[in-house]
Amino acid sequence: MVRDIPELRRIAKELRLDVLEMTTKAASGHPSSCFSAVEIMVALYFGGILSYNPRDPFWEGRDRFILSKGHAAPLLYAVLARAGFFPREQLWTLRTLHSPLQGHPVYRLLPGVEATTGSLGQGLSIGLGHALAGKMKGQSFRVYVLLGDGECQEGQVWEAAMAAAHFQAGNLTAIVDYNKFQETGPIAREMNLEPFRKKWEAFGWWVEEVDGHDLGALCEVLQQIKAAQRTQPSVLIAHTVKGKGVSFVEQDFTFHGRALTEEQAKRAREEILCG
Amino acid sequence: MRIGERAGLKPGRPMRDVFGEALLAVCEKDPRIIVLDGDLGNSTKADLVRRRFPERFLNMGIAESNLVGVACGLSACGFIPFVVSFSSFLLCNAYDQIRLGVAMSRANVKLVGSHGGITLGKDGPTQMGIEDLALVGGLPTVAILVPCDRVSMHWAVQAAVEWTGPMFIRSSRYAMPEVYEDGTSFAVGKANVLREGKDLTIVACGLMVGCALDAWAMLREEGIEARVIDLHTIRPLDRDTLVQAARETRALVVAEEHLLHGGVGANVARIVAEEAPCPMRFVGLADVYPDSADADDLLRECGLTSEVLFQKCREVLELKGRIVK
Repeated sequence: MVRDIPELRRIAKELRLDVLEMTTKAASGHPSSCFSAVEIMVALYFGGILSYNPRDPFWEGRDRFILSKGHAAPLLYAVLARAGFFPREQLWTLRTLHSPLQGHPVYRLLPGVEATTGSLGQGLSIGLGHALAGKMKGQSFRVYVLLGDGECQEGQVWEAAMAAAHFQAGNLTAIVDYNKFQETGPIAREMNLEPFRKKWEAFGWWVEEVDGHDLGALCEVLQQIKAAQRTQPSVLIAHTVKGKGVSFVEQDFTFHGRALTEEQAKRAREEILCG
Repeated sequence: MRIGERAGLKPGRPMRDVFGEALLAVCEKDPRIIVLDGDLGNSTKADLVRRRFPERFLNMGIAESNLVGVACGLSACGFIPFVVSFSSFLLCNAYDQIRLGVAMSRANVKLVGSHGGITLGKDGPTQMGIEDLALVGGLPTVAILVPCDRVSMHWAVQAAVEWTGPMFIRSSRYAMPEVYEDGTSFAVGKANVLREGKDLTIVACGLMVGCALDAWAMLREEGIEARVIDLHTIRPLDRDTLVQAARETRALVVAEEHLLHGGVGANVARIVAEEAPCPMRFVGLADVYPDSADADDLLRECGLTSEVLFQKCREVLELKGRIVK
């Protein structure tokens, strides 16, 4: 498939604007954690990696995407709306009474949401369950799980990593949004993950690293992982910038768990549009 | 005296053996069932399935959080996973995973907590599931079954396959007496009235059903007619049967092999207090961790016996205003 990188860049820009509007309207949420993962999600959903059908969202042969870093829910919702899973107008109901757009994703409420996440560390295990089911049923779908970097401090991630290698879940790909910050500060200061690549390798995973904002590189490496058909699971460590696209958010990690004010959002919108 | 002996119940085999057979039986019938083990299959007896269907038995190692997460993924793909471990390890280690992945997601995952209660005995309090019903009871959407004998265990495992959504079954190491005849019919959420009676009601689950029937026999010798209810389903709770019993007998004793705090008795009391307040007494575990010891010594030490239950019945009858000689 020929990918139109400028078109993907335009989509990324629009998704950032959607996330900004959703979280500012909701006056809460984690916009900076969404911004770091935008290009990863664009590559998966619009760069020809994931196979899905919004008219039949739980079609058995679909590729699975599980957002383990559930706090990036606004981004997932914006992506799913854009992909046609539900009307875009629903995006503005985020975090309001009776909306299926919960603060963190809840399974069965929205088409396209594959798992309930938000308590960190749980998505990779669920993805492994899907992957093992695919192997047992002889189906060729692939499973993608997006993890936060801080999330990899959870022991369950490594339980799942050990089991995925043990069961040779070659149809499972983890992607780590390595934006180098967790809630309270820099990962390296609060709870260091390094040597991160070696940890995954030691657990028996195939490891790739990429600039997580380079859409061309992301599409290429994800396509390579898909085509390689390895017996071992793969992890893509995507080096990203928290708050990517908005300079004053990039420079201030305390934006982790808060939305921008109307005034900040106005400045952010201008930066995203010019970016 | 053995539990159930006074009531004339035949001795049963260890519940975990019965569970293993019941699990194998449903696996024979339904290819959607996958058994997930936390490396305790030889203790829980889930390994009966491993020998017969190795491809449908996954030992996920000693990692309960991942064990539950994998089950959630399998269930989303149409399998019916039975997650089997010790009740304490499964609920305490993987509570958050069960909360989000199973309960909140209404996943079709079946959780089996083996070695429930104190009667695993000598391995001690670290292994005992004495808080399990309170823990799983704290998760809306999870149905909870506590079988009391061989027949009800076979029913419970089959019911879990037929039930759509999350369900928890408590299993045990103890040999519980045979309460039911083969072919007895059960329904999830519909308690079984084992003995009709008008003077008081004993509500029991699991091992305490045998004690309740013993107490019924002891009371009968004194001319007292006790109603005995096997509350095999803790959620959904059979409100109607409980309220009817409270209205008609005006005195209730609830017995469980579980902490009193947050246990079955507390749930029954809430309903009785709302609908038909009457004197109540409770048999269960006090707020202490039991010792490592022989199961029957522990049952006596902790007051989970037919005699203690009988005494509680006398107390509640006195409260009701009827003097027991």
